[in-house]
Amino acid sequence: MPAYEIEIILNRQLADCLSIPVFITDTAGNLIFYNEPAEEILGKRYEETGEMPVEMWGTIFKPIDEAGHLLAPDDLPLVKTLRNCRPYHKIFLIESLKGTIEKISVTSYPILGRSGKFLGAVAIFWELKDDEN
Amino acid sequence: MKIKIRGVRGSIPTADPDTTYYGGNTSCIEVEEEGWRLVLDAGSGMRYSNTGERPDNKRIDILLTHLHLDHIIGLGFFQPLFDPAMEIHIWGPASSKQSLHSRLTRYLSPPLFPVLIRNLPCKLTLHEIDNTEFKIGPFTVQSEYVIHPGPTIGYRITGHHSVFVYLPDHEPALGRTGMLTDPRWISGIRLAKGADILLHDAQYTREEYPFRTGWGHSSMDDALHFATMAGVKHLLLAHHDPDHSDATLNEMFSALQTRHNNPIHHELAVEGMELELP
Repeated sequence: MPAYEIEIILNRQLADCLSIPVFITDTAGNLIFYNEPAEEILGKRYEETGEMPVEMWGTIFKPIDEAGHLLAPDDLPLVKTLRNCRPYHKIFLIESLKGTIEKISVTSYPILGRSGKFLGAVAIFWELKDDEN
Repeated sequence: MKIKIRGVRGSIPTADPDTTYYGGNTSCIEVEEEGWRLVLDAGSGMRYSNTGERPDNKRIDILLTHLHLDHIIGLGFFQPLFDPAMEIHIWGPASSKQSLHSRLTRYLSPPLFPVLIRNLPCKLTLHEIDNTEFKIGPFTVQSEYVIHPGPTIGYRITGHHSVFVYLPDHEPALGRTGMLTDPRWISGIRLAKGADILLHDAQYTREEYPFRTGWGHSSMDDALHFATMAGVKHLLLAHHDPDHSDATLNEMFSALQTRHNNPIHHELAVEGMELELP
């Protein structure tokens, strides 16, 4: 039976207790868990969608820069974390499902087990007020 | 496969007269097949362990789940370690920073213990393991990190015809909503799947557990639920709390059976208990 490593399980259990949106992916970028605050951003409920392949959830957000230009996937923190197994941080705008533009700060980090094995990644979305940057 | 329970007490040995039925020694289990011998954990029960049924057996494998004191306190009192003819292998969880040798030396060195590891006369080999599988004689051993503070692994031991799983310190229900319903998200479930016998942490009552969440242990109810999720055939509830007398354990078990009409064969582990699997 395929089962997740405890490092992934513990990250999920932590995310489940937080009030900030948290997304957890496997090493390929497939979304394997998102918490309740993240459900508001995605406009979907984890209980209903379950896991989502990278092709599906990667298109839900429309990340743009201050000038309104679409950001390349390679500029996004989570994509960089998945590629390089390093933490990244970036502030950018997203066009939400409701069509509104929201400024967010994204922190991503790799889940590296005790043996150093790369197991997945976490992205935390910090919602910013207009006067924050 | 023969299994002998040498210690089932959790946290600290007890000498109270009202704990003598279930036993006061901490975690130690012997598993034998075809003369090969595994000793699971080195709690105070290890003092009663020896070379096994075959006196010509010159190899013993000690499988440590983790290095909390109640799981290694018996190590210095294990006589085969002081026998130059003996070949001893100690398997234990890898840590991200410190070697197994370095961590064991914290206990096996003055002032806590008079003998240094390097001065033990046996032929000693240490093995650091994580999520892996290896062979020891007729046994296939799978190890996997499980939820418990500090590097902790559980073991799945497969003999020729039977499977014994050992998860004496384990908190699969850690989290806001307790144990999750999807088995892929439950710590240790892969190890325990379909086991003939599972020895699992069941230190607390369900009333005690909320006050000890995060301490790394389970309630009896969670242990039974975990065994059900894993499709285990026979569950041994273990790691008895040092504050739980024999009478208290009997009451806890009786209440558990009243709450759950669970078809899994389950019982409290008792020091001295011997089990045999085909």
